[in-house]
Amino acid sequence: MRYGDLLAVDRVSFTADAGQITAVLGPNGAGKTSTIEACEGYRRPTAGTVRVLGLDPAAQQVRLSERMGVMLQEGGVYPSGRVLDTVKHYCALYGRGADPAWLVESVGLAERRNATWRRLSGGEKQRLSLALALAARPDVAFLDEPTSGVDINGRDTIRRIVRELADGGCAVVLATHELDEAERVADRVIIFDHGQVIADGTLAELRRGHDEIRFRSDAALDAAGLAASIGHPVRSLGEGEFVVDASPDPRLVAQLTGWLADHGHPLADLRGGAQRLEDVFRRLTATASTTATGEPPAGGAS
Amino acid sequence: MSRLGTQVRTEVQLVLRNGEQLLLTLGIPVMLLVFFSLVEVLPTGTDDPIDFLAPGILALAVMSTSMVSLGIGTGFERAYQVLKRLGATPLGRGRLIAAKILSVVLVELIQLAILLPVAYALGWEPTDPNWLLALVAIVLGTIAFAGIGLSLAGRLRGEINLAAQNGIYLVLLLLGGMVIPFDELPAAVQAVARLLPSGALADVLRESLTHAGDRPGTSWIVLAAWALVSPLVARRLFRFE
Repeated sequence: MRYGDLLAVDRVSFTADAGQITAVLGPNGAGKTSTIEACEGYRRPTAGTVRVLGLDPAAQQVRLSERMGVMLQEGGVYPSGRVLDTVKHYCALYGRGADPAWLVESVGLAERRNATWRRLSGGEKQRLSLALALAARPDVAFLDEPTSGVDINGRDTIRRIVRELADGGCAVVLATHELDEAERVADRVIIFDHGQVIADGTLAELRRGHDEIRFRSDAALDAAGLAASIGHPVRSLGEGEFVVDASPDPRLVAQLTGWLADHGHPLADLRGGAQRLEDVFRRLTATASTTATGEPPAGGAS
Repeated sequence: MSRLGTQVRTEVQLVLRNGEQLLLTLGIPVMLLVFFSLVEVLPTGTDDPIDFLAPGILALAVMSTSMVSLGIGTGFERAYQVLKRLGATPLGRGRLIAAKILSVVLVELIQLAILLPVAYALGWEPTDPNWLLALVAIVLGTIAFAGIGLSLAGRLRGEINLAAQNGIYLVLLLLGGMVIPFDELPAAVQAVARLLPSGALADVLRESLTHAGDRPGTSWIVLAAWALVSPLVARRLFRFE
């Protein structure tokens, strides 16, 4: 996908399966939205092939849209449109028999059904937008930053609905830059960086081989001394947070806590196990940046 | 109801439920017609101002709906990504455009249904009117104004589009022979005003309905030219996103 001289998406290849939530992750400008929009039929790729439900999205958008739910990153609703009227309108456009009143109820907007879009809060707007995607009773759904700007309760509602959608057999593709969100809902994660896919797999696959022990202590702790004592690398993340790159073996944890006790350091937030997605992401994007510095992709990247 | 019918109903509802749109499409034309018919302050050059005003106000009504109301509504829909979102429904872009055209026609019929009885009640007596010719003029005017409205809506940002549409509306209203005769304008302004679609539409409507057109031959050519060119410009300029 190229915009003038800018190569926004470069040789990306992935599939999203029915009944699964596939999270497309990446920093802003990584190429997520361009890729999703190519799948939705909004953009025609400058090269390559996109197929959604066996259809060419750009050439067959009307046919595809009969079975496709779309949630834009923002907007998409008449500002003066009322909640229930808007959902009724979309249910009628899709003509797939979705019940507008039930949809409004299920996204938690029953009490706001007569409010206009411009009077809704950010979270309510997102939930209305999700209801419009559900109006398609979709076989495939593209949700762009569905929980962006949504409060905790609203997020829970959205996560529940998205999970139910996938459990019903829909292939859900969810673009987000919120790693925590992907970690909570995704069955599979595809990580974008600089217009390319740098990782693709389940959370367990991406975390495999990257166990760690995390803890908090004195910021001035002698990390090199601790590493020498326990025989594993110790990294300081700043503000008194440290990471030991090793599996949380009980003997190693005992060595670690013993060393802290011997040197009079406090211990807090001790946690061992698989890396958080945030750290997987940092590790992978750091690797990609290093590679990119050594050998930049042809034509540059976004 | 078909998808097209669903969309037309929504488009018309949005106009009729929006106070500003109602003021623009019905309030202002009716108020101008009533006020300037009863208070003779305009130099209409006719025995009864309604004879000059009625065709001019019909032209104003067409401009209000097909240029300003359509243009402002579409501009905000574009800014709020409504057009983009609708583009990913089975409605498709073709039916979306068709729905907008049909909703403009329906609103214009509502305008005619209100303005014509008001004009008759104020004493308007068209002389041997050719309604078919008037209808052709309204169709051409609608196409010309819609092209202008969509050209602006499809390129300018929401607020700038709003200001531009309102500004052009005011200029065309005052310059165009709708409520002020061409002869009352300074010579240089007159020459420009005769080339504008507003004056041309008012003039051909005046000729069709009361045989009192100023230069109907020229006005038909001007109106037809705008109806031909402005949709082509809109097609070239318009962006759904």
